[in-house]
Amino acid sequence: MLKTQGKLFVAFLRIGLLGFGGGPSMIPLVHQEVVKRHAWMSDDEFADTLAIGNTLPGPIATKMAGTVGYRIGGLLGCLNAVIAVIVPVILAMIALLGLFTRYSDQRWIQGMSEGVVPVVMVMMSQLTWDFFAKSRIGLGWIVTLLMGAVAGALIYWLGIHPGLVIGAVLVTALLRPERRSKATRQETAK
Amino acid sequence: MIYWHVFLAFFIPNIIGYGGGPAIIPLIENEVVGHYGWMSSQAFAETLALGNTLPSPIATKMAGYIGYDVAGVPGALIATFATVAPSLLLMLAAMGTLYRYRDSIKVKSMSQWVRPVIMVLMGYLTWTFLVTSIAEAGIVHTAVIGGIAAALLLATRLHPAFVVMAGLAYGAAFLG
Repeated sequence: MLKTQGKLFVAFLRIGLLGFGGGPSMIPLVHQEVVKRHAWMSDDEFADTLAIGNTLPGPIATKMAGTVGYRIGGLLGCLNAVIAVIVPVILAMIALLGLFTRYSDQRWIQGMSEGVVPVVMVMMSQLTWDFFAKSRIGLGWIVTLLMGAVAGALIYWLGIHPGLVIGAVLVTALLRPERRSKATRQETAK
Repeated sequence: MIYWHVFLAFFIPNIIGYGGGPAIIPLIENEVVGHYGWMSSQAFAETLALGNTLPSPIATKMAGYIGYDVAGVPGALIATFATVAPSLLLMLAAMGTLYRYRDSIKVKSMSQWVRPVIMVLMGYLTWTFLVTSIAEAGIVHTAVIGGIAAALLLATRLHPAFVVMAGLAYGAAFLG
């Protein structure tokens, strides 16, 4: 029992510490540990768990960690795996930014925090483009831009909370008639 | 009250954020910078940049740090809990029901339909960072750093962490 919890902790600690590039890029690492190294799940079970995780919002890496942990070690295993995958790096993050804030009156530290803004801006524009490109494949560029324009007007012009706009979109996607749209068929076929 | 706000600020982005960590970022920014005003957008950019140099999911790193910054250790715990627990609990509780829908076209189309909205939020956040940067570092430095960063990210396969470090180094050398 204790040995299993230990293994679980080490496996997800490794995933957390090696998983650069955010949640989705960590999936192959989770697969490596869970299916290949420890055989806690078969390939099919892993694929199903991943697919189920993707039907829900929120970060995927913690959903995977929690589900695998729960199956292997119950509630304790669930907590154990989630903690292993996120807590060490959160502590590192707090330490790193704490150091930054502590010396923020130094001119060169202030310069560093100014110098990094354009980098983040470029990364964010890349993400924006990614989402446009993916959306164009699924919905076509006209629908994408139209939906984007309407959403933008609702959020930034009328001041409606983005959560409400996204909520409305999700409800519409779920409640609309079963008839498949052409765009959806294309994406599903891929 | 502050704890309740911290909970909400992370619960809402994560319960509507289809599309993984990156999709959640502009939603978190909307809460912590826009709605509650806990951080300036420069501080948010800095947090995001340093977060990108570290491993593990970006959503939990942002939650842990911002929660800590706003309300100490309890804040960090609450923000992280609000990020991880809701969808994980739902997943554990409804595994069987969700299993039936794992290949459902409607469910798949949910994340597809949300993408244009997230795209606009990201575009707006890009714009906010641009305005912030011009105000703080000036238009010339913004253009130089942005140009170099774009070239490095698009033309080379360099890991984003190194590009962030290059930005930090440039800032320390020329903006200090």
